[in-house]
Amino acid sequence: MSPVLDNIDLFVDGFLTSLEIILWALAGTLPLGVLIAACRVSPIPPLRAFGTFWVTTFRNTPLTVVLVFCAFGLPELGINRSFFFFGVLGLVLYTSAFVCEAVRSGINSVPAGQAEAARSIGLNFTQGLRYVVLPQALRTVVPPLGSVVIAMMKNSAVVGAFGVGGDLWSTGQRLTSALGYETFPIFVGGVAVGYLIITLTAGALLQVLERRVAIAR
Amino acid sequence: MSQQQTVLYDAQGPRARRRTLIGTVVAVIALLGLAFVVYRRLDERGQFSMEEWGPLIDPGNDAFDAVWRLIGEGIVNTLKAATVAMVLSIVLGTLIAVARLSLGRVGRIPLIGLVELFRGIPVVVLVYIGVRVLPDVGVDLRGLPGGQVFWGLVIGLTVYNMVIFAEIVRAGVASLPKGQREAALATGLTSWQTMRIVLLPQAFRTMLPAIISQLIVVLKDTSLVTFIANFDELLSQGESIQRNLGNPIQTFFVIAVLYIAINYALGRLAQWIQARQARGGSAVKATARGDLAPVRDGA
Amino acid sequence: MSFRRGALAATMTATALVLAACGGSGDDTAAPEPEVAEAPEFEAGTTMAELAEAGTIRVGTKFDQPGFGLENLEGEVEGFDVEIAKIIAGGLGIAPEDIEWVQTPSAVREEVLEGDEVDMVVATYTINDTRKERISFAGPYYTAGQQIMVAADNDEITGPESFTDNPDATVCSVTGSTPAEQITEYLASPDQLVLFDEYSQCADSLSNGQVDAVTTDNVILLGFVSESDGEFKLVGEQFTEEPYGIGIPKGDVAFCEFIHETLRENEDAYTEAWEATAGQVEGTETPELPEFDECA
Repeated sequence: MSPVLDNIDLFVDGFLTSLEIILWALAGTLPLGVLIAACRVSPIPPLRAFGTFWVTTFRNTPLTVVLVFCAFGLPELGINRSFFFFGVLGLVLYTSAFVCEAVRSGINSVPAGQAEAARSIGLNFTQGLRYVVLPQALRTVVPPLGSVVIAMMKNSAVVGAFGVGGDLWSTGQRLTSALGYETFPIFVGGVAVGYLIITLTAGALLQVLERRVAIAR
Repeated sequence: MSQQQTVLYDAQGPRARRRTLIGTVVAVIALLGLAFVVYRRLDERGQFSMEEWGPLIDPGNDAFDAVWRLIGEGIVNTLKAATVAMVLSIVLGTLIAVARLSLGRVGRIPLIGLVELFRGIPVVVLVYIGVRVLPDVGVDLRGLPGGQVFWGLVIGLTVYNMVIFAEIVRAGVASLPKGQREAALATGLTSWQTMRIVLLPQAFRTMLPAIISQLIVVLKDTSLVTFIANFDELLSQGESIQRNLGNPIQTFFVIAVLYIAINYALGRLAQWIQARQARGGSAVKATARGDLAPVRDGA
Repeated sequence: MSFRRGALAATMTATALVLAACGGSGDDTAAPEPEVAEAPEFEAGTTMAELAEAGTIRVGTKFDQPGFGLENLEGEVEGFDVEIAKIIAGGLGIAPEDIEWVQTPSAVREEVLEGDEVDMVVATYTINDTRKERISFAGPYYTAGQQIMVAADNDEITGPESFTDNPDATVCSVTGSTPAEQITEYLASPDQLVLFDEYSQCADSLSNGQVDAVTTDNVILLGFVSESDGEFKLVGEQFTEEPYGIGIPKGDVAFCEFIHETLRENEDAYTEAWEATAGQVEGTETPELPEFDECA
């Protein structure tokens, strides 16, 4: 695996860039997904329709296509930001649909009596959701949400191809196609291992978290 | 879905209805306003001209036939790759699951390692390994019908999805009532026969929605090959079209709508099967809520 | 995404359509019909003899490079590289319709030759020593050079050195390409380089203000300049030299010499090929057939 060791500085940079993409996307997609889920269960019909439209669109479009529209479509609307921003945004929008569905199934799993009890003490829809339903839903939601988040970490590899560069995936591409390294050590020994470090660590953290928040029903 | 929403709020009285109405009006205005701003900006740049849209929507346009022939081929290739990868993943996934369920504590460790390993690598990297690394290390797929890129893509998608299937199958079998297995063994079936004749058929029925949901994921993931090699699936065909016509926004819009339409139809099919199962067979009922389906989603 | 009208590709497709409509009646920009030799004689055992015998040749070219090798909506490839391949095939007695075109992006050009998937590669293929270790080149048949393209109203970027002086300026190129590597030595920081899959994506990003410049071989950039309707311009001199060669299996000297001979005998067809394809772009000069390298 010496081609990897020879370029270990590039791989470390790539690893950190990938991590940066992931952390920004995580910070964006969790609140957005919860917001869309709130729309989907809200009493206001156009918001429900909007939520459904959002989920249908982003869940059924390949991430690649979402990223194409972010990187090339948004500048057409007069929005000029860095490609890093657009890449993270694409990942945030795409993943938010899955976060929303995970959260919504969590909301549905909260016993009806909880919401009824909330209303009976005078809480309105927003308050009931905010103080009673969501805190309980978020717990049930940890395992599926964890899967969504880990999927997002893996999907971050696609972002690199949209003008971001310097992440693990692009580093592998650069080493093999421009600098002529063999594909096997670079992609199997370098790129794949880099992502495994991220996803396996996340998986382990998730298990700890699951045990912490687990509630007996 | 609708009955769950009413759980969160009561049947509305006159004041709440008025507030909902106001909220509706405000939301509609805000959403329409946003749509209008987008429309204006695009219109200013001539994005709605027939010059850009004609080849895609006007059957009288010179390029119309060629464009839709390319798109048709793209859809066929996308479906082909997704279907083959799906079938292989189900077969291999089932084998892994069965092996994992029948091996002892120690024997299953390498299998668990395999599952964790392939689940942790991005599918785009696995497709790259299938398409580019395998030929470099001497695996020659050129002789197979469909060609090297097709099989490289299929292998990448299969490796990624078979371990997900192994998990789905395992959960499906584990969710069956214990009596099923006990009864089968009591009638004198061997444990392999029990698995094949009694447990797997039932598990598959409950898993059908999850299988269809995963098919959507595989279908979307076929588009990742555009970064790696030339395979004329739907997205690559879109790129080829806009390269010739110079109308990327319009072309990719149509491509996106097609993906959504295909996947939406598949999603509805999964829901329909789920609903039917919820009404039907008792052994199935316990797991038919389909909570399996979204768990591995998101790829 | 391109919001510019009349891409080079579109212009060329249009030209082709018009020509087809006119029945190709003596317009001098018509794609030339290369001469096809009748039953040429070759020494037994040579590549030429095998190909002439088979009556077909597999040619690797690009399918996405306007002016050099671009697949049109009908699935035919057109461009300068394609015409060069037709001239060579003609010398073997193989008609254009008997050529099998194999899509060959930059990254796999050596592989397809080594794996005997194609008989030759004509695909904006720069001759260099690293590549010569794995394959052999005939030619060069054209010499390009890397240059920089900016928006017409940009006075700050005047050449590759501008990126050293101005660390905020960004430049776009294609992932894993030689131009992308060659520009890095001028950059003050790696963040200045933006990479995409295709040059058209770079041009789109230049058009909508996402990047400040695009760099690659001059001929490719000229295509974008001409289609941009005055929106883009080239700045500075060509700062590299990129001799395009024809890739053939390593050590096939006889085939290499045959290619040289065929191109020399068909200088008129060479000129016509240029004028019908890449030469359609304003600002290009019709090249002379360059001095060939020694076959090895």
